[in-house]
Parts: sequence; structure tokens; C-alpha cells
Amino acid sequence: VEFLSSLGTDVGTTFQALGLGLGAALQPINLLYALIGVLLGTAVGVLPGIGPALTVALLLPVTYRLDPAGSLIMFAGVYYGGMYGGSTTAILINTPGESASMATALEGNAMAKRGRGGPALATAAVGSFVAGTLATLGIAFLAPALTRLAISFGPEDYFALMCLAFVTVSATFGDSPVKGLTSLFLGLALGLVGIDQVSGQPRLTFGVPQFLDRIEVTTLAVGLFAIGEALYVASRRRHTEEKLEPVRGSLWMSAADWARSWKPWLRGTAFGFPIGALPAGGAEIPTFLSYATERRLAKHPEEFGKGAIEGVAGPEAANNAAAAGTLVPLLTLGLPTSATAAMLLAGFQQYNLTPGPLLFETNATLVWGLIASLLVANLMLVVLNLPLVGLWVKLLAIPQPWLYAGILVFATVGTIAAKPSVIDIATLVAFGLLGFLMRRYDYPVAPVIVGLILGPEAEKRLRNALQIDPDPLQLLQSPIAATLFALTAIALVAPFALRGLARFRASED
Amino acid sequence: VSEGAARRSKPDLPGLVIAAALFVAAAVVAADGARLNFAATYGLGPEAMPYLVAGGLALLALGNAVLAWQGSAPREAIDRQPILLILGGFALLAAIIGLGGGFIVATAILFAATATAFGRRAILTDLAIGLGLALVIYLLFVKALTLGLPEGPLERALDAGYSAVRGSSR
Repeated sequence: VEFLSSLGTDVGTTFQALGLGLGAALQPINLLYALIGVLLGTAVGVLPGIGPALTVALLLPVTYRLDPAGSLIMFAGVYYGGMYGGSTTAILINTPGESASMATALEGNAMAKRGRGGPALATAAVGSFVAGTLATLGIAFLAPALTRLAISFGPEDYFALMCLAFVTVSATFGDSPVKGLTSLFLGLALGLVGIDQVSGQPRLTFGVPQFLDRIEVTTLAVGLFAIGEALYVASRRRHTEEKLEPVRGSLWMSAADWARSWKPWLRGTAFGFPIGALPAGGAEIPTFLSYATERRLAKHPEEFGKGAIEGVAGPEAANNAAAAGTLVPLLTLGLPTSATAAMLLAGFQQYNLTPGPLLFETNATLVWGLIASLLVANLMLVVLNLPLVGLWVKLLAIPQPWLYAGILVFATVGTIAAKPSVIDIATLVAFGLLGFLMRRYDYPVAPVIVGLILGPEAEKRLRNALQIDPDPLQLLQSPIAATLFALTAIALVAPFALRGLARFRASED
Repeated sequence: VSEGAARRSKPDLPGLVIAAALFVAAAVVAADGARLNFAATYGLGPEAMPYLVAGGLALLALGNAVLAWQGSAPREAIDRQPILLILGGFALLAAIIGLGGGFIVATAILFAATATAFGRRAILTDLAIGLGLALVIYLLFVKALTLGLPEGPLERALDAGYSAVRGSSR
């Protein structure tokens, strides 16, 4: 009750803070960073084989010397831009870069084949704008209340929260909970490598001096995403065929298109934001919930599978709202629940900033500037994306050999610049092979990255909580922690009970 | 035994290999944890997390073994040759940088090897494109972003030329 009554005062705080943030975001230099971010993000999102997580990973070493606020604003632009670009590729060549774009690829590509590619791109863009704006406002209004709640969290509560995030992240990604958890534990094992912060002893270093420092998240992400993807695509090149659908006819949506789109946008946002904002992460479930709902509510359900605009509008909004929602646990609790959020966390850490309740106190201008810049980035994207669609389509015409050769060159240059040793390059390539094997045998990649970055944090909280008495039952004495552990147990069992959803997803493939 | 039942009970070999690898990983993590000296610390020592992770990995090895035993849907065909080409490109990159050959040449070779892996058959053209790309990246990183990249003969010549041009323009 106290929590609810304080929400009233939060609204005032939010408006004040957003004003402060807009002041920072609208400074010319930050507008420039946001513009670079959205253009880069869209370009990279359009290119098959690179997602927003990899883009941020590639940018991290390059931006090491730049201004923190500007870089973070740029990363946020990349995040939102990458999602816009991804939907363009899904519609025009039917290769969903991520499973969350699968519904968009299904209906959007069917629309493009029928000569309605323009309206498909438009409803995706406007839907992303609506969802992104509403979700960003959602972040702004939830953040003050959540940070106040987070301040009362003890180490055992944080540990319990991280356990919940571990389970939901690895159980909601991928098609089998066992495989998702396997990925997570690989990440946790990699997180052990290096000097133990409490006792100063090296763990899993095998006498190699390069392993005394922790494994860099960027090295892991670049290896898994860039090299793993390149190896996978190269190995299957002769067995797959991609066809680019030209954009024919009008780019604009007709009055009927608008009438059929606006409700799916809002419903998609309503599915996406809460599921993204829960430490559950993952944009797949809300997009498929949205797709199923739109098919059920549609006046012409027989159009689904042949290019129904509702099937693009709803899932695309859900996808964007969920991705924006993952910023809630990231900013207020320091909890990344997707690969991209993990890379953004690495971006904060690069500047010795720790997202969480304290950052809202000590660095309010930076945090609120970042939130406000998301609104700015969204507006830039909806204004720029459609007029520039011809340019983005040209990017798809880059011959595949040069595209992937370029990706691998940019992927290695970051590692070579940071640590030019044979061991570091070999580590990068080993992660690439791991990424290839994980794709080949259907293990999700994101939990490895979340495990690597969150594992050491979880260990720190666990050891803080059990500092005096190492009896693990103590963890259950905090009611918050006990509740979160109960939810963790439910989240661990639920995927086995929800096999139906997995089967539905598999049937769409 | 009917044919269908025989197909279902057929174990998935790669899955069994993965399960075995996970067992090995669990053993390595546990053995490394046991090696640590933890008498001096309060509360949980540095070995607790490794044991937890090793336990999880061992359980998951079991889970993966069960999945593999149930069999798997047939997987799509893959080619080995492009994988070996890309890995070969990386091996050359590491060797050239390790032996002091410099960033630009090493990167050009990686570019050409990858392009070949993706079906291009014009290695000299691709080497030239790779050299150009690496040169642009080198200048961008070293001159604009003031980040260091490994130097070889080519890079040193570039740097000498660059400072000579700057010196004469003053």
C-alpha cells in the first residue's frame, strides 16, 4: 500500500527527471551520437548476420576513449536501430535474424511477395515507434518506484533475483530448458576464470597469464556471434537460398491498413513491455502471444500465413516493447536479461559505472539523459527509416563473401587492438567454434553471455550474504529472497509444463 | 522390434559426445576448485562457486545424455571445407601477428580466406580489397581513435611516410 501511494509522487519525480534528461539528450553533441547510433544500428540490423548485441560488442573497444554519456546514448540508438533494421530484413528476404522476428518474417515476407512490402515496412516502423515510445515512457515511470524497492534489497535478495533471472533467461530462450541451462552453466564456468576477488587466488587459469584477467564479455560475444555465425553460414551456404523481394508499389499504408494496425500495435505493446520488464527477458514469447492473439481476433483469419498486416503490426510492436522492457531491470537493478542488455551492461562497466539504484542518485543526468535519448532515437528512426528504405535495401546487395569477410575483419580488430597476443586471438577463435557448435546443435547463445557477466556478480552477493555463517538456509530468512527462490523453482518447472507453447513455436518454423 | 521404434531409440551420437564433454568440464572445474586454499577465508570460500558450477554441469551432462539417448531429428548437411578455410585464415592471422608481420597483412589474409570460404574464386582481388580495408581501419584506429594495433614493416613504413608528409607540410 505504501508502495502504491508513493507511485503518485513518483509521477511528479518522473516528469521532472525526464525534463532534466531531455535537456541532456537534446544537446547537439548528444543528438549527433544518437543519430550515429540509429543509422549504424539500422544499417547493421539490416545486414544479415549482425545483430544489435554484436554491434555494441564491436563498438565497445572503439569507444573506450569517448565520453561515457555520449557512448551510452549511441549504444541505445544502436539497440533501437538494430530492431528497426532487423524487421526490414525479415520482411524483404524472410531470414529472421532472431527468433523474435519470426512472425514478422512469416507475414511480412508474404505481404512483400504480394507486392505489399511498402505497407508491411510501414506498419512495422510505425508499430515499433508506438511500442518503443510507450515502453520508454513505461521505463521512465517504473524506474523511480523500482529503484526505491531495490535500495531495500539485501545481498541475499539480489542473489535470489539473479537466480530467477538465470533460470528465466535460459528457460525462455531456445527450445529445450536442458539446452538453455547448459548454455547458462557454460557461461557461469567461463565467469570463474581469473583471480578470485576475495581470496586473490587464480581459478581455472591453468597457468596462462592472459587468463588472470577475467574473460572479456566483448571477446565472448564477438566470438560467439560474429565468428560462430560466419562459420555456420559458410558451412551451409550451398544448402540454403535467400531471395530478396523488391519493394513494389506505394510505401504508404492505406486508411484500411491504419485501421487494421493500430489495435495490434497497442496489444503488442501490452504483451511485450511487461514480459520484457520482468527479469524473464526474451522477446519470443510476447511476439508469439501477439501473433496468436491477432490471428484469433482478426476479421479475416484466413489471410494469416498469406500476408495479414495484423500479423506484422502486433508482433513487431511486441518485439520492440519487450526489448525496451529489458532496459527496466538493467537500469534499475543492474540485471541484464538479454544478450544486448548484457552488452549494454558491459558498456556501463567500461566506464566504471554500475547500473542500479545508486546510479540514479549519483549520476541522474546520465541515466535520465539515456532514457530521454531513447525517445529521441525512436523519433529519428520513424522519420528516417521509411524514406531511407531504398538505401537500406542496397546494403542487402553487398555480396555475401565480402560481407562476412568484412564482419570477421571488424570482429577481430577489437580484440587485436585491446590485447594483441596469440593466446587472445586463439581464445576468440575458440569462442567462435563454440558458437558454431551451439548453433549446429541448437543451444541458445544468449544465456552464455548473461552467465559470464552475471555469474561473478551472483557469487559476490552469495558470499556477502553468507559472510558470517555459511549455512545456505539463511538465504531463506529474507521474505523477498524466499519469494524469489519460490518463483525460481516455478520457472524451472514451468517450461516442462508449457511444452505446448514450444510445440506451437516449432510448428511455425 | 518395429522399424519406427528402432529409429526412435537410436542414440544421437553428437549429443552423447556433448554430454561426455560436459562431464569432463564438470570434472575440470571441480578439480580446479579442490586445488584452492580456502582455510583462511570467512564464510563461503573461493571453492564454493566452482563446486556449484561443477555440480550443475554434471547434472546437465546427465540431462544432455538423456536427450541424446532419445535421439534427434536429422540435421541439415554442412560443408567442412569453408570452416577449415576460415579457421586457416585465423591461424595465419595469429601467426603473422605473433611473428611481428603487422596488422594490415594479417587482416588482408583473413579477409581473403573468408571470402574464399564463401565461394569467391578471386584470391588476388580479395587480398587487394582486404589490404585496402585493413589500411583504412589502421589509419582510423591509430590516427583518429589513438588506439594501438600491432605493427610490422608495412605499418612502420606508413608511420614514417605519415610523419614525413606532416613534417614537410608545416
